[in-house]
Amino acid sequence: MTQFWRPIHELHQMLVDREISAVELTDAILAQVDAVDEKTRAYLLVTRDLAHRQARAADERLRAKRDLRPLTGIPMAIKDVLCIDGVAATAGSRILEGFVPPYSATVVERLAADGAVFLGKTNCDEFAMGSSNENSGYWPVHNPWQLDRVPGGSSGGSAAAVAAGEAVAALGSDTGGSIRQPAALTGIVGVKPTYGRVSRYGLIAFASSLDQVGPMTLDVRDAATVLQAIAGHDPRDSTSSPRPVPDYFEHLAEGVKGLRLGVPKEYFVDGMEPEVEAAIRAAIRLYERQGAHIEEVSLPNSRYALPAYYIIAPAEASSNLARYDGIRYGRQAGRGRNLIEEYQATRQDGFGNEVKRRIMLGTYALSSGYYDAYYLKAQKVRTLVVEDFARAFKKVDVLISATSPTVAFPLGAKTQDPLAMYLNDVLTLPGNLGNVCGISIPCGLANGLPIGLQVIAPGFREDLMLRVAYAFEAATEFHRRRAPLVSVGA
Amino acid sequence: MAIATRYQAVIGLEVHAQILTHSKMFCGCSTDYLTAPPNANTCPVCLALPGSLPVINRKAVEATIRTALALNCEIPEFTKFDRKNYFYPDLPKGYQISQYDLPLSRNGRLEFEVNGEPRRCGITRVHLEEDTGKLLHAGEIHRAQSSLVNLNRAGVPLMEIVGEPDLRSADEAREYFTRLRAILQYAGINNGDMESGQLRCDANVSIRPEGSTTYGTKVEIKNMNSFRSVHRAIEFEIERQVQVLESGGALVQETRGWNDPKGVTVSQRSKEYAHDYRYFPEPDLPPLVVTRGWVEEIRRTLPELPAARRARFVSQFELSIYDATLLTSSKTVADFFEQAVRADGGAPPKAVANWILGDLSRIRGTEAWDTAGAPLSPAHLAQLIRLIDSGTISGKMGKDLLGQAVASGKAPQDLVAEQGLSQVTGEDQLGAWVDQVIAENAKSSQDFKGGKPQALGFLVGQVMKLSKGRANPERVNALLRERLGPGPPNG
Repeated sequence: MTQFWRPIHELHQMLVDREISAVELTDAILAQVDAVDEKTRAYLLVTRDLAHRQARAADERLRAKRDLRPLTGIPMAIKDVLCIDGVAATAGSRILEGFVPPYSATVVERLAADGAVFLGKTNCDEFAMGSSNENSGYWPVHNPWQLDRVPGGSSGGSAAAVAAGEAVAALGSDTGGSIRQPAALTGIVGVKPTYGRVSRYGLIAFASSLDQVGPMTLDVRDAATVLQAIAGHDPRDSTSSPRPVPDYFEHLAEGVKGLRLGVPKEYFVDGMEPEVEAAIRAAIRLYERQGAHIEEVSLPNSRYALPAYYIIAPAEASSNLARYDGIRYGRQAGRGRNLIEEYQATRQDGFGNEVKRRIMLGTYALSSGYYDAYYLKAQKVRTLVVEDFARAFKKVDVLISATSPTVAFPLGAKTQDPLAMYLNDVLTLPGNLGNVCGISIPCGLANGLPIGLQVIAPGFREDLMLRVAYAFEAATEFHRRRAPLVSVGA
Repeated sequence: MAIATRYQAVIGLEVHAQILTHSKMFCGCSTDYLTAPPNANTCPVCLALPGSLPVINRKAVEATIRTALALNCEIPEFTKFDRKNYFYPDLPKGYQISQYDLPLSRNGRLEFEVNGEPRRCGITRVHLEEDTGKLLHAGEIHRAQSSLVNLNRAGVPLMEIVGEPDLRSADEAREYFTRLRAILQYAGINNGDMESGQLRCDANVSIRPEGSTTYGTKVEIKNMNSFRSVHRAIEFEIERQVQVLESGGALVQETRGWNDPKGVTVSQRSKEYAHDYRYFPEPDLPPLVVTRGWVEEIRRTLPELPAARRARFVSQFELSIYDATLLTSSKTVADFFEQAVRADGGAPPKAVANWILGDLSRIRGTEAWDTAGAPLSPAHLAQLIRLIDSGTISGKMGKDLLGQAVASGKAPQDLVAEQGLSQVTGEDQLGAWVDQVIAENAKSSQDFKGGKPQALGFLVGQVMKLSKGRANPERVNALLRERLGPGPPNG
């Protein structure tokens, strides 16, 4: 296994040089899935046949040296909130049991066109609502670094799969931190692109104005590769931006010398673990040594971001999830004596507690008589958060902070305390409200558990975000550390 | 209508019109839901499969703006879509994409006439939304053991035209709605067919004491499926409300359904059970910026509207205002009229109008032309009129021939030739027929000579019968008088 446990750019060279075939690579990764997935439970569904078909097709391209793309023959995992034509999709929810989408998400189509190989659908919090993957309607995911710890969420399955060598790279989705936080907790790289940079068509919606699809990879170059493949306008998603996508490699290695890096003082929050703070301070010093100007900045409205988020996201979710009524697809309770009872029974059975909680929160926030006090006010706060970032980015080029205030916590530690769980995303969700982009990269270990460094750049400056992240990665070895589970199993 | 003079009715109409685009409001599916097999015209978007997203149909937006311009509305530069949330199996997303506080247009007006009196009704707004699917219940809705869902109609573009409560009688409401329908047809938005539900109308009706400026309790009437039922339902509802108040009762704000066979409105839902639709901005669609240039471009595509066309019919064709109003109420009929007048060879406008509004509308009511088409082609009508005007056939034969032309689809000219119907005016043939009739009806001939003028009519009839209707009646009349002497003065 170890020989294939490499980032995309290395495997790509091996594939092109015919050192390995795409089928061999796929089989090797599938063997790792067979070996460790019973421990991580990262996958909800392994698509062996599809993977083999795609790997054989990739080998054709590789043999003919035709249409070679950086992702041709690269085995990837897809978070189960994304649709693949003909492959069951659940969004981690029992209510979608049995649903097989007759179409693919745009990002999936783009990866497929590039010749990527789909290994399967990864576990996640139900409808991407959660920060520990314990809200999966199927089973929790275990952190490969320490199996009694959570991998973070909601893209916990994708994170664990990449961190455990069960996929070379993965797609996740990020509404309030759902890519960056699990990436941080599993020691990999995760990118939340600017809203509108990546098509949401075929992404099962949680909160439409916040959701973004993004890469989860072993290193920054791989993140740039995957983002390059999936970014860009999609006529099927009216919220996707027509802005051209720059070449993310063009300035990737130019370093941070002369760049101004802002450190938001509000981001060293109460409850931040000292090891996490120490690792972030160390990262800041490293950047300084590399010639960056470090400047403290203020994002004063950050403290209101979390409550605003927990109005806006549930409000949109309450509406987005109305379609799960059991009538056209998915699970139908079949015991109601009339229409209303049937609706109630289907949704009672099909949704988990956190989803129900958020549907109720959101329904309440949109109710006549409460709309102005909650939803409208939250939108005003959102504007303030946007302005915070805009102000900060007049002074500095990017912001750096911790991704999560803590390292991975034990399974079950926060399941009884939703507020404590929500605080996991306190450093990431302002970025979703603020229309900026963010990346989490590994920057240290605390008691054997990974710590994530977050780089936040202005909207549509993923190039700059990647460049700053790559400067750190190129100077450190954190991204080469592998979860012990994998070392043992390999 | 026996409204006690003490009350004034206040009526506002909410009209829903499907927009005749090829594809649906937010996806590329065909809008054909009337003939397609159930659920044939559906896709991930209009089935609300997880992950699908709407994309706005530009043509539907333009159609709405065109309608709004025809109704003298303001078109704001900034407009957005909102979600209207409620659960029902014909609404696959669990919300309807509609427009709430920033519609495509607002503050318009529609002018019309009632019994020759000019009237004006304000247009609150014209906005754009999507239609729902259709349910087929196994039996009566509340007892049905199952219902079938057909989502072919789900996502068909739908325009809502909200009128101000400026109407004061059922007659006014009908005239307003008729004029509005004509505008929709003229602008190429909608074919005006209520029966199939492509055009729908709900009415808000209240009454108040004459002279009062505050509104009474409003009742919304639904389920009116024809122009006639709109008129009848409003008439009934006004009377019902008057009776409730007159008998000391109080009105409740509610929705009532029109039961056409019984001719009554029936309570469906009171305000306590009103939905909270939890409107909020549709996050899947960015707000629309409607540039002034775009509006002007659309304005240039506006066709001649009914009011202008009516004025032109009066001035250009010298029709009465009454006839011009009737003809221009439907674009199909007005187009037919002009085509007949301008057909090869042409026909006098007044005669064309008379035939359309007379015999043709008796064969098929003009309101049915929009869907069923006119009973014959405008060129054939023009030909028929020319055959009469040239004396080739009599007016009476013309009426018979019309029936045949409609039934067979053949040109009147060809029918005349086939049946040898052309009128006989030649003196020899006519003289022979007249002589034969006088010989065979000696008594009547004597009666005429003896001072009974009505006997002449009988004799003319006999000649016509003998000629199988081809004799020219005026010539026959003259020849009979010649042969029998002047007879008594016409009586």
